[in-house]
Amino acid sequence: MASDATTDTTTRRDFLYVATGALGAVGTAAAVWPLIDQMNPDASTLALSTIEVDLRPIMVGESITVMWRGQPIFIRHRTEDDIAQAKAVPLEELKDPATDAERVTEGYEQWLVQIGICTHLGCVPTGQKSGSNRGDYGGWFCPCHGSHYDTAGRIRKGPAPLNLVLPDYRFLSDTLIKIG
Amino acid sequence: MSGNSSYNPTNPVAKWLDSRLPIMRFSKEHLLDFPTPKNLNYWWTFGAILAFILVVQIATGVVLAMNYVPDSSLAFDSVENIRRNVNYGRIIQATHAVGASMFFAAVYVHIGRGLYYGSYKEPREVLWILGVVIFVLMMATAFMGYVLPWGQMSFWAATVITNIFSAIPLIGDPLLQLLRGGFAVDNPTLNRFFSLHYLLPFVIAAVVVLHIWALHVPGNNNPVGVEVKSSRDTVPFHPYITMKDLLAIVVFLIPFAWFVFFAPDILGHPDNYKPADPLITPPHIVPEWYFLPFYAILRAIDFDMWFISAKLGGVIFFGGSILVLFFVPWLDGSKTRSGTFRPLFKPFYWLFIFNFFLLTYLGAQLAVEPYSTLSKIATAYYFAYFLIILPIVSRIETPKPLPASISESVLGKSGS
Repeated sequence: MASDATTDTTTRRDFLYVATGALGAVGTAAAVWPLIDQMNPDASTLALSTIEVDLRPIMVGESITVMWRGQPIFIRHRTEDDIAQAKAVPLEELKDPATDAERVTEGYEQWLVQIGICTHLGCVPTGQKSGSNRGDYGGWFCPCHGSHYDTAGRIRKGPAPLNLVLPDYRFLSDTLIKIG
Repeated sequence: MSGNSSYNPTNPVAKWLDSRLPIMRFSKEHLLDFPTPKNLNYWWTFGAILAFILVVQIATGVVLAMNYVPDSSLAFDSVENIRRNVNYGRIIQATHAVGASMFFAAVYVHIGRGLYYGSYKEPREVLWILGVVIFVLMMATAFMGYVLPWGQMSFWAATVITNIFSAIPLIGDPLLQLLRGGFAVDNPTLNRFFSLHYLLPFVIAAVVVLHIWALHVPGNNNPVGVEVKSSRDTVPFHPYITMKDLLAIVVFLIPFAWFVFFAPDILGHPDNYKPADPLITPPHIVPEWYFLPFYAILRAIDFDMWFISAKLGGVIFFGGSILVLFFVPWLDGSKTRSGTFRPLFKPFYWLFIFNFFLLTYLGAQLAVEPYSTLSKIATAYYFAYFLIILPIVSRIETPKPLPASISESVLGKSGS
């Protein structure tokens, strides 16, 4: 019964096997996807994605921390010294090169707005309160694994690979910003 | 090993059941009559100790779940409520928390036993691999369980450990959001960890069944590492091994009970008795003691290697330190199983054990000198032991002569 023709050519049955298998795989993937995607941030989490912050109460040299999307946002009112210090650093000394101007909004360079989460493993660096440890470069210091950030939030020393992340924000007026 | 069955039921009900579901026959062959090398020492009792702790953890865990609330605003208080108000809650919660530590203490002895006596060698490779799978599942379960009380250490452990995934190129950040269910560790993270913490122990139990199945095909290894040659080399599992295991369990329960009754929090961290605060990272975060060696390896890589950043490098070494265990059966080429007969292997083995304790110590220290340099050296030895020393030593070493059989080794010992 098994002739040469059926052993070395593709038959209708082979096609049906492959087609059924492929459709079954697609169907299984489609059924599994909701079970995985439900783990992603839900609509209520995504809905909390903009806040407005009034900058007026923050004196020169002070910092505040606000919550945005469950994460701390560091807002620092930088002193002239802070800015000068950040601008004086040559780019080739930086692990994640960025000029001071790239870290702030043009015309508002006294305001540094960043996500207060160490880019290494996600701890919250210290340095927001005036008495706390600001590391070797006057910015922030992560107590978990010893990363030092400078007055522009750039990584200078330690295991963190990147500068502190800048959130999307814009100035609505000279003293009001909208984050997100 | 259990071919000739001694189960001959005379009772008609037993006969009726045996021809339909031979569960009694199976139990007699594998739980009572199973032939076991007669020279097993007390290091071999840790398998039974581990099985016992798994049962304790599941039993206490199920009842804790009746009183625990997996909600970020209630979780901390619900654990305190268990400790203060629930009947016997203080003991049950302490048993579960201390039990996790005892589980790891026992599993490290069990793995160390396997590494010394070459229990991973042919024909027991699958048995060993299943053991490593159980170890990985244990680590995941313990980590998620530690998050549930939602204290400061819980929260920051969850943050730091999930952040490890962000080191993966390209898919890191979306994966991190998927795991956490948000932009930071929050209520959705706590909920899913509770769900998985309840699920995984049953997965562990299933893999334990496979582990024991894979043990019962070749039978136990033994301290001289010579295979069983005749029935003179073995004793039945019951009563010989059951009683020995039972004694070991009772002895093991003494320190276990001491912790539960007199120092239930000594293995924990004071910061975990503060409720979680996403704005303040504790000044010195450390994992539970049983993760310290691997945490030390994660931190030891604080320098970039070629195109690999320090962060990704740390994660690769952290994962590699566990993955390498899967390959031990092929890295160690020595035909001699037991370390007792391997003069060159022995000092390197004990140095490895010392090094493991050293990593545990270093994992608890701040990331400053001299600890940073010591961590790098200890991490290098950890990997060198598996990737360089085991392959080379096993090929150049001349093992001592092996006894002809288990019986001979036992009789020789008592005769001298």
